[in-house]
Amino acid sequence: MEKEIRKEEPRLMKGNEALAEAAIRADIDAYFGYPITPQSEVIEYLMREVPNRKDKKIVVLQAESEVASINMVYGAAGAGARVMTSSSSPGISLMQEGISYIASAQLPCLIVNVVRGGPGLGTIQPSQGDYFQATKGGGHGDYHLIVLAPASVQEMADFVFDAFHLAEKYRNPAMILADGALGQMMEKVVLPPDGGLSKQPKPWATTGKTKDRNHNIITSLFIQPEEMEKVNLELQKKYEAMQSEVRWEEFQTDDAEILLVAFGLSARICQKVVDLGREKGIKIGLLRPITLYPFPYKRIDELADKVEFILDVEMNAGQMVEDVRLAVEGKVPVYFKGRMGGMIATPEEILQEIEAIHEKQNVLHD
Amino acid sequence: MNEKLLLDDGTELEQVFCRPDTLTDVPYHYCPGCGHSVVHNVLMEVVDELDIQDKTIGVAPVGCSVFAYHYMNIDMQEAAHGRACAVATGIKRVLPDKLVFTYQGDGDLAAIGTAETIHTVNRGENILIVFINNGIYGMTGGQMAPTTLPGMVTSTSPYGRDIHMSGYPLKITELAAQLPGAYYVTRQSVHNPNAVRKLKKAVTKAFEYQMQNKGTCFIEVVSNCPSGWKMTPVETIKYLEEVMFPYYPLGDVKVPKE
Ligand SMILES: Cc1ncc(C[n+]2csc(CCOP(=O)(O)OP(=O)(O)O)c2C)c(N)n1
Ligand code: SF4
Ligand SMILES: [Mg+2]
Repeated sequence: MEKEIRKEEPRLMKGNEALAEAAIRADIDAYFGYPITPQSEVIEYLMREVPNRKDKKIVVLQAESEVASINMVYGAAGAGARVMTSSSSPGISLMQEGISYIASAQLPCLIVNVVRGGPGLGTIQPSQGDYFQATKGGGHGDYHLIVLAPASVQEMADFVFDAFHLAEKYRNPAMILADGALGQMMEKVVLPPDGGLSKQPKPWATTGKTKDRNHNIITSLFIQPEEMEKVNLELQKKYEAMQSEVRWEEFQTDDAEILLVAFGLSARICQKVVDLGREKGIKIGLLRPITLYPFPYKRIDELADKVEFILDVEMNAGQMVEDVRLAVEGKVPVYFKGRMGGMIATPEEILQEIEAIHEKQNVLHD
Repeated sequence: MNEKLLLDDGTELEQVFCRPDTLTDVPYHYCPGCGHSVVHNVLMEVVDELDIQDKTIGVAPVGCSVFAYHYMNIDMQEAAHGRACAVATGIKRVLPDKLVFTYQGDGDLAAIGTAETIHTVNRGENILIVFINNGIYGMTGGQMAPTTLPGMVTSTSPYGRDIHMSGYPLKITELAAQLPGAYYVTRQSVHNPNAVRKLKKAVTKAFEYQMQNKGTCFIEVVSNCPSGWKMTPVETIKYLEEVMFPYYPLGDVKVPKE
């Protein structure tokens, strides 16, 4: 979307609250959710704020579970509403059947995952361990979400607008994949303009059958294999078209000899690594995928031609690195540095890793 | 209605009954003698008579009636198994002026969807829940349902439902009636023309209550499943009268205090 000039004063806000405020300003019709740390501030903020906004008509409902939330989202989205939910990892796992239905029925909506460390109940500390789940489908069947990965409180707010814009453009569920740190930390943010996201008509929605049209049906059931294949082909075509929405950001890649690839919070840390490295004379660059689906395969492939090696940094056991390796197809070595379970690598730790790899590479080349 | 029909021999007949516009011209896929089709007819006749086709939105979850949208000529949403009440909540909350109903089997409403059912009624969601209790999982080939009667043979209770292993049949309708959000709760059937007429009255009342924002209306229909029960349709009626109704007594369970 075009970046508009923002006139508002910057505010100091928590990531979760900035996201919730952006949702109000994006004129959501409904939010359904169930509390879970580290994202409960989203529903808390909405419950507190929405009654004060007399100009808005927003449904905010605390559901009995994430299973119920996501199916409320399905119902409201099918009825034509701009609707969202938010949760954290275990809750998002519970939603997977519903998300698969929403993808199949081609309903636009926003699902926010403020990721915490797993597996299992895990920890409430930040993690990027849900990358696979978010980008490869997550639930059953062949489908994809549009996945946006913010790296700041500013983007926690902005991506609400971008996610709804894309979800409605493609009639596809979109996900904001954040993490516990982005949800909890406070930063300066200039909020997106109130009412700045227009609404298009949804003639397919179940709003009551009038005499001038056939009845509208929202379904994910296509029992004849021929029909089911047709729907799948249609979905695949849509995912192909969605590739044009790929977004990423680069730092000092022009003369880089070593490329870091990282998303979200890890990318913030890697920016520091680039600076630290360059102070020492190591030419490091960074590519940050902003959309995780679609993924910037092509750009990473182009950069691979110019660098000695790639280091992928994540807060997990190595998930996005598989996509980076796919992009590079063995052209240059792709290394991985990760911390897990809520731990975050420090810039120094990552730089040490780069230096160690650099040395090893030189020995190999000698 | 009241159109003249001209026969080949020139006789003029007055048409007194026809398929309402709320039913599509598609033959039911249900097994012969199955109660689902009768309940579909009743619902759509009421929607037609109350002239609320443009306001009514139905939700049909997984179960034999998942294809209800093929027959009901109204806007409809299919739902995941057990989630009809959540989907209906989502619709009703964003379209509070529309009339929303769910059409759920016993497996759907009283097993996998119990939490959604109870909480939806407890919130007093202003919707109609139609609950088809045929004591079995029809769609998946006749397995035991939460409502299967003790001793009843199904494919997963081949020696009869053993209450020591599987507990007692769940009277979820009585449970729902306990909740303050439930406005009108009734148990009906479609095993004879009189019962069908009563059901139609109940459905009409429920839609009228919804128009008045009274809260949740809950109509159980004790129905049959000739295929799952491995009986002829006539035998199922006998079984209903002799075995099902004594456990699931027909009549109102909660009526509005007016
Ligand atoms: C999550 C999930 N689990 C299981 C199923 C399989 N399934 C489909 S319908 C059904 C039971 C249907 O029984 P009921 O709700 O009583 O409806 P009926 O067919 O008897 O009308 C089951 C177990 C499913 N579709 N989804
Ligand atoms: S299986 Fe049972 S419930 Fe399903 S259509 Fe046949 S008779 Fe009806
Ligand atoms: Mg059943």
